[in-house]
Amino acid sequence: MDIFLQQVINGLVQGAIYAMVALGYTMVYGIMGLINFAHGEVVMIGTLVTITVVTFLLKAGFPVWLAGGMGIVAAASVCMVLGWSLERVAYRPLRGAPRLTPLITAIGMSIVLQNLAMMIWGRNYMTFPSLIEKTQFEIGGAAFTNVQVLIVLVAGLSMGGLLLLVYRTKLGMAMRATAQNPGVAGLMGVNANRVISSAFVIGSVLGALAGVMVGVYYEIAHYQMGFMLGLKAFTAAVLGGIGNLAGAMAGGILLGLIEALGAGYIGDLTGGFLGSHYQDIFAFVVLIFVLMFRPSGLFGEKTGDRA
Amino acid sequence: MRTWFNTLTPRTIFGLTLITVALLALPFVAALGGQAWVRIVNFAILYVFLALGLNIVVGFAGLLDLGYIAFYAVGAYLWALLASPHFGLHLPFWVILPLGAIVACFFGILLGAPTLKLRGDYLAIVTLGFGEIVRIFMNNLNAPINITNGPQGITLIDPVAIGNFKFSTGSTVFGIDISGPQKYYYLLLVLVLAVIAINVRLQHSRIGRAWQAIREDEIAAKAIGINTRNMKLLAFAMGASFGGVAGGIFAAMQGFVSPESFSLIESVMILAMVVLGGMGHIPGVILGAILLTVLPEALRYAVVPVQKALFGAVLADPESLRMLIFGLALVLVMRFKPAGLWPSPDRRRELAEKAR
Repeated sequence: MDIFLQQVINGLVQGAIYAMVALGYTMVYGIMGLINFAHGEVVMIGTLVTITVVTFLLKAGFPVWLAGGMGIVAAASVCMVLGWSLERVAYRPLRGAPRLTPLITAIGMSIVLQNLAMMIWGRNYMTFPSLIEKTQFEIGGAAFTNVQVLIVLVAGLSMGGLLLLVYRTKLGMAMRATAQNPGVAGLMGVNANRVISSAFVIGSVLGALAGVMVGVYYEIAHYQMGFMLGLKAFTAAVLGGIGNLAGAMAGGILLGLIEALGAGYIGDLTGGFLGSHYQDIFAFVVLIFVLMFRPSGLFGEKTGDRA
Repeated sequence: MRTWFNTLTPRTIFGLTLITVALLALPFVAALGGQAWVRIVNFAILYVFLALGLNIVVGFAGLLDLGYIAFYAVGAYLWALLASPHFGLHLPFWVILPLGAIVACFFGILLGAPTLKLRGDYLAIVTLGFGEIVRIFMNNLNAPINITNGPQGITLIDPVAIGNFKFSTGSTVFGIDISGPQKYYYLLLVLVLAVIAINVRLQHSRIGRAWQAIREDEIAAKAIGINTRNMKLLAFAMGASFGGVAGGIFAAMQGFVSPESFSLIESVMILAMVVLGGMGHIPGVILGAILLTVLPEALRYAVVPVQKALFGAVLADPESLRMLIFGLALVLVMRFKPAGLWPSPDRRRELAEKAR
């Protein structure tokens, strides 16, 4: 039972991170019907920027809270600019182009960002400076740290904030209108370009926060980390029904839980034949099964038949 | 519809002869720059092979497949297992190659069957997941029973051989010295010409038209009596079997396979070849495959001297710089040629000029 609880806790934390990244994918997809393949790289750059800024400030003698705060602000600003320019450079010129075209530019941008990061930060793993003194708590035989609590808390708050933004503000209304029907939204005076840009910017800020979380949680970062993270997050978004905010959150948490529980129990289930290094398979196997029975994800609406 | 033989005017015969001569001479011309260039040319052909296979799925049938490399991996591993000291098996290539096609075809159906209902991006992510599953299994199937030898991969794989004539080492044929890679070139050339022929014939066949109908409007295709289920499965199966054959040749040519060669980025690259060249248009796809194979290699040779000439020193890591330029090239081509480099058949002369 304590393994179960332990894995649920680990899964929740990982799932919260997935959900944050998945939101970036799903917002862009909901409005433009486009997979922003480079989003994972935005997250990666968020982590690396935080590392650089925080390490520098700590060395300069700033207090930890200020260095951490500045790191987050720096990551968020860099990612905002990055997300915005990504849309301007790689996606906006291609509106109305054949559907796979922006996918290729997204892949191109992803390659560019990854190699740019490698040129700036090098090929080696970087350690994330410790910002928070880790304290361990225990509930029913399962351990968790204050870092984990903080991650889930921040993720919950940002998701709540996002929901408020989308459902309670004018910008959010414009976003939802554009998602439903860009043409009609335009007739109602919605500036589609602004809405799309803001979707990218907001998604990137969430991505930057997720990047900081990854850094704080795993204490290690690498120029290639964005790829798998992005892949999993995208899987989470599809699992929940892509284009659906609540779906992305649920999908993220669900994916985190599935992975953690799967990794914890696969050895017992298969009599030791398959070990926990098959963890990555769970995400995809579950995805395939869910989509077999619900072809538009758990919370998704029926998609159009574009291929 | 015109058929191929009544387009045989003296001019096209002349052009065809020229292409034939150029293709036959190419490995010897490339060898002037070193055998490495022959290998690059070989890989270009291998990627043409793969891109044409994927083109059936994505270009003809309109099914977005991001896990195509899985079939390539299946073919490669099948060859590696059946013709290497790993299991002590050394089957000849004319057994393994068809077997590779059949097994990959089976995997294609395995992937196709549960995804029949899915569309667009949902299909993309499931195929992507499938590719990852295959790779993860190859990475981990070394315990408790060692099947794939895990991340170390399988080494000492047999080359393609007909009797004692091995494709891996050089020999003298009719008084001409011919190296291993050059031999593979001719083998690949024959295979890829066969694939091109199959592709061209498929495209204009009843099956090809059925695929096109499914691509344009699946519901309408169903309504006019096309068995969309079987046609989609057929597309997956055919694409997959091409991938399987290509994988087998890859394993034999390299003498080594490891899961690293079959990561998602490879699937993505093949898809990029198809889209960049001109989806569904066979010459365009061929062009895309050649460009995307040769460009990164050419950049490998160019980035260091160019940097030295411009700045007097190597400022940026050449490896990441060349990939950076490559990524930018992808973006720029798509930006200015959204339908691909060669989307329509109206510039037929271009290929003749390129091959010359």
